[in-house]
Amino acid sequence: MTAKVKTAVLRAPGINCNHETATAFELAGAIAEEVHVNDLIAAPERLREYQILVFPGGFSFGDDIASGQVLASKLKYRLAEPLEEFVAADKLVLGICNGLQVLVKLGLLPATDGPEAGDSVWTQEAALTHNESGRFEDRWVNLKVASDSPCVFTKGSPEVIYLPVRHGEGRFLPQSPELLERLRGAGQIVVRYSDENGKPGSYPLNPNGSVDDIAGICDPTGRVFGLMPHPEVFVRSSQHPHWTRGTGRTIDGMAIYKNAVNYWVS
Amino acid sequence: MGFERPQLDSRSLRLQRQIAGYLGKAPTDARVIDVYYLDLELAPADAKRVAQALLADPILEEYSFTPRFGSKADWLVEVGGVPGVTDNVGRTTAEAVADMLGLDRRADLVRSATLYAITGDFSKAEIDHLCVGLLANPLVNTFNVLSQTDYPALTYQAHSLGSAHQPRVDTVDLPQTDEGLEVLSRERLLALTAAEMRQIRDYFSREDVREKRAALGLSDQPTDVELETIAQTWSEHCKHKIFNARITYSEPGDEPVVIDSLFSTFIKAATEKTAKEKDWLVSVFTDNAGIISLSERDNIVFKVETHNHPSALDPYGGALTGILGVNRDPMGTGLGAALIFNTDVFCFGPPDKSEADLPEGILPPRRIFNGVRQGVEDGGNKVGVPTVNGAILFDERYTYNPLVFCGTGGIMPKFIDGVDTSLKPIEPGDLIVMVGGRIGKDGIHGATFSSIKLEEETPPAVVQIGAPIVQKKMMDAILEARDRLLYRTLTDNGAGGLSSSIGEMAELCGGAEVELEIAPLKYPGLDPWEIWVSESQERMTLAVPPDKLDELLALLDSRDVEATAIGRFTDDGYLTIRYDGEPVALLDIEWLHGGLPPLDLVARWEPPADPGSKSGAPVSIEPGEALKQILGSLNVCSKESVIRQYDHEVQGTSVVKPLVGPDNDGPSDAAVLKPRSDAPEGVVTGCGINPKLGSVDTYSMAVSAVDEAVRNVVAVGADPDRIAVLDNFCWGNPILSADNPDGDYKLAQLVRAARGCHDAAVALGTPYISGKDSFHNEYDLGDEVVAIPPTLLVSAMGMMAAAEKAVTMDSTRAGDIVYVIGTTKAEMGGSHYTELAGTPGPPPGFDGEIALTAYRRFHQAVTKGLVASAHDASEGGLAVAFAETAFAGGFGLEVNVRKLKVDGDLSDVERLFSESNSRLVVTVSPDNAAAFEQTMADSPHSRIGAVTDTGRLVCVGVDDRVVIDEPIVELKAAWQAPLKDIG
Repeated sequence: MTAKVKTAVLRAPGINCNHETATAFELAGAIAEEVHVNDLIAAPERLREYQILVFPGGFSFGDDIASGQVLASKLKYRLAEPLEEFVAADKLVLGICNGLQVLVKLGLLPATDGPEAGDSVWTQEAALTHNESGRFEDRWVNLKVASDSPCVFTKGSPEVIYLPVRHGEGRFLPQSPELLERLRGAGQIVVRYSDENGKPGSYPLNPNGSVDDIAGICDPTGRVFGLMPHPEVFVRSSQHPHWTRGTGRTIDGMAIYKNAVNYWVS
Repeated sequence: MGFERPQLDSRSLRLQRQIAGYLGKAPTDARVIDVYYLDLELAPADAKRVAQALLADPILEEYSFTPRFGSKADWLVEVGGVPGVTDNVGRTTAEAVADMLGLDRRADLVRSATLYAITGDFSKAEIDHLCVGLLANPLVNTFNVLSQTDYPALTYQAHSLGSAHQPRVDTVDLPQTDEGLEVLSRERLLALTAAEMRQIRDYFSREDVREKRAALGLSDQPTDVELETIAQTWSEHCKHKIFNARITYSEPGDEPVVIDSLFSTFIKAATEKTAKEKDWLVSVFTDNAGIISLSERDNIVFKVETHNHPSALDPYGGALTGILGVNRDPMGTGLGAALIFNTDVFCFGPPDKSEADLPEGILPPRRIFNGVRQGVEDGGNKVGVPTVNGAILFDERYTYNPLVFCGTGGIMPKFIDGVDTSLKPIEPGDLIVMVGGRIGKDGIHGATFSSIKLEEETPPAVVQIGAPIVQKKMMDAILEARDRLLYRTLTDNGAGGLSSSIGEMAELCGGAEVELEIAPLKYPGLDPWEIWVSESQERMTLAVPPDKLDELLALLDSRDVEATAIGRFTDDGYLTIRYDGEPVALLDIEWLHGGLPPLDLVARWEPPADPGSKSGAPVSIEPGEALKQILGSLNVCSKESVIRQYDHEVQGTSVVKPLVGPDNDGPSDAAVLKPRSDAPEGVVTGCGINPKLGSVDTYSMAVSAVDEAVRNVVAVGADPDRIAVLDNFCWGNPILSADNPDGDYKLAQLVRAARGCHDAAVALGTPYISGKDSFHNEYDLGDEVVAIPPTLLVSAMGMMAAAEKAVTMDSTRAGDIVYVIGTTKAEMGGSHYTELAGTPGPPPGFDGEIALTAYRRFHQAVTKGLVASAHDASEGGLAVAFAETAFAGGFGLEVNVRKLKVDGDLSDVERLFSESNSRLVVTVSPDNAAAFEQTMADSPHSRIGAVTDTGRLVCVGVDDRVVIDEPIVELKAAWQAPLKDIG
């Protein structure tokens, strides 16, 4: 019997999905602690206690300037070394919604040169900007999961999963066509917006106008993963919007958390 | 900062669409550019670093230190904040810049603005029009229109906030005449009557008061601090003077009766009468929100507020402040609750009403709609509270006085380390700690302002803009402090600011002493009375045992939340305020809270000559066509475009969402949440509101609103024996006077509504746990005063032993049997059909005994798992409920209305469109039909048809002729069309 996997769920001003995200990890068998960013800055060594670090959803610092920007800036200037150490130590990082925005701003995703590439890790390569509709939207979407991705979190996933998006700035734009090609080639595009059969389509199937229908990406190792949809709110069947119709018995969000925990157990 | 690639710039593309819509012609180009002014000497390298690494996105945006983005534009419009209005972006940016450069934090380090670069064939007048109508609100924004040649003028202008003004305290001599007192009240915006002012004068001339004051060096006239304190405490907003008045009520042919307080007689009485059987009532009417028991472990709380007047002036800021304000009510209840849901109900003027038809200073309804919606979106989404239920209603008479109801529910463990969290103890010697934002001149006189009607010269100082993230940060930190029991109790700073929060807490303890100069200010130059009554947002007041202070302050500091001890609670019976050590106020607390003389008012009821009729002869209309028109009417149509812009599932508690069915677009009757992941209990919330009935008979409106709120939560599965309700009255001015000649009629409407609230709640056994009223929703056009229709919102919070027993309103399987629970009567008064076709009739009545039995039996059926779908029948009657049940599930419905249980001889139209109360449309699998009918045996119900796979709604009439036969896709399209793209 090994010790339980420890997960740090980051809190920061405006982050608001920390509690349900911690709950999801606990349901998956981990110990989950909600850790305030200021407490980490005061005692960075605490980060070493954890095997999984999660950047949950919300509106860190009100999305002022740009979504994720101010928290990313704080982490870059106040916590860079412990974060580098964490990523280099074969540990797992998950970013959801605002968390993905932070990871992309930080350059921890997609980090096409890999986690040990020194300064280039901290270089932003893509952007998440205002939805094409110009609106925040809460909407359940189908996601086609890439079977050839190194992503640790989606191993053995069904081909299509169903989760909600809840964002105003989720439109994924890579820096260049070349970068997009590299992401495709390395299997870094983990989930794409689609219809229920996995076929691509326009709005509202792709709710924000993301290039190549990108909903979530990982780094080349598959250990750092971020997505706009919220798996933490589909960890019991009655969260599925059609559960009263007898559908939604596979709990798509849960698999992501179980995979993360099992990475350590196995 | 602007976009490098305009085609990816959704904000600019949206601006282009908005300009085209507003001015009627499209711009050649229009760009949104973010501007940051840094009040800082920076080395060029540092400036570049800030721009590159913080302010501009390296992938998408470019930056410049001069306004070169607009260099090709015909017009540049810079929109910023009026000095003193909260600049949320500036504040966050200041923190980030300070972090980055290792500087001390300073809130005014950065000022943010938005630059609009517009190219197109527009005149200066058109651009000015655009500024006022779309880009800026002069009450909160400054704007600066520049043509190309003026660009150099776009330079930094430091906002000099505050002033060299030396704070001072004035003594106010109270005039001897009533006229003089009234003038004083008006000039100082006190909103007090001559009788109330006399009461104040009498107090200050009392011998014992004079002696006590003289001993402290205070004169025998009030200071401005004292006068303002009394005005806040005695405001309609805080004391509900109309609801507590002595009312002489008469109806034609009857002897007048005297009602001593509508609140005690009807609202509180209803709770007292129902309370005996409700062991789950924990705290009602005493705290900031009502508290009820959900489970052995948890209590839940609920409060609904209005924020009408500020939303009329600044829709975005008003609504945002409204939602953040009501958030602080559960937060400030007992030891403090965590927030679990928001609700919002809006009443607006018709969205197609053009600006040209409105007097100057009145915002068009569509702009109010968009601003309010955006405010609620930011207030709910950014704080991480799901917005789960609401309504949007339209009526011409809301044009000048839109209504914005904001509600918030919360949850708290019953005990923390053995401490009962529902109580509010304070010990003498406890410190008064103000937590959260700093104090500025914003929101001075909000409480008294809401007690007067809007006029063109309404002062802008009352407009405030909330900061969701500041509040979220404060709430998170306070919950951490709560769980460590670092304070004894708390309350919110809402209307009246510190004067209210400390005043209320001092009443609990018996006294308080405040050192006002310690309170942290946004800028210098505030007079002590301004500090005391300012409604600057995001603040709570805590009572802290002295030995916990250091730990509390350390925790809050580590969460970047400011907190300051500004005094202590006492038990000497006085509220004592000092400034720089000098006493500036000394008020007897018992007198302050109990000395207000009750109003004496007159109410006179005249029944409308022809209830429910509409002018003009009845028109003939096919039932199918009528159904489509009602589905496509603004009050019934889909609100999906608005609902989707609210996060309705953050926190992961959702069980029944606002949009249901296979396409996620059916209109749910109520929301179900499961607030604890490790406990089965469900919390249900829904509402009832129907101002159309208010224009016919407010008694019918009230019983119908209570029944509808209860019916909505029962429909999704709430236990009818575990439902609490809240009342929110919004009215015109019900005080008879020379310039308000029908005040006695408006008061009679209020009396009847309050009586209806009482009767329905007693019959259904649903206690009121909290409520709020808003009067003076009138606008003086000069030659005419426009009052809103009497409007009552009833909000319900119900409970379920098991949330996962919930049902939704979408039909689920072809072959299921369709039932209608309840009896349909010829009650066309105030109905949608009557509005359409002009057929008069009486408004809906209410039989509470029958309703309660029906809801109990239905709940048994739900608990046994016998119900496939259930939908409330209300606006538009059964026809609308059939249509919605059908298209939300993607199935057809075939029903025979001859089989309906009816009262009397009803036509097809009455069967389909009457809006009788207490009815539900239910579908049941054939396997469960026998058990369902057995369960419902002693409650009126009728088996009238089946769910089909034909994709059509077919209604057969009394003579077995088909009266409605419409494809559900067309019905759905009609229902979705009107507000598809709003917002």
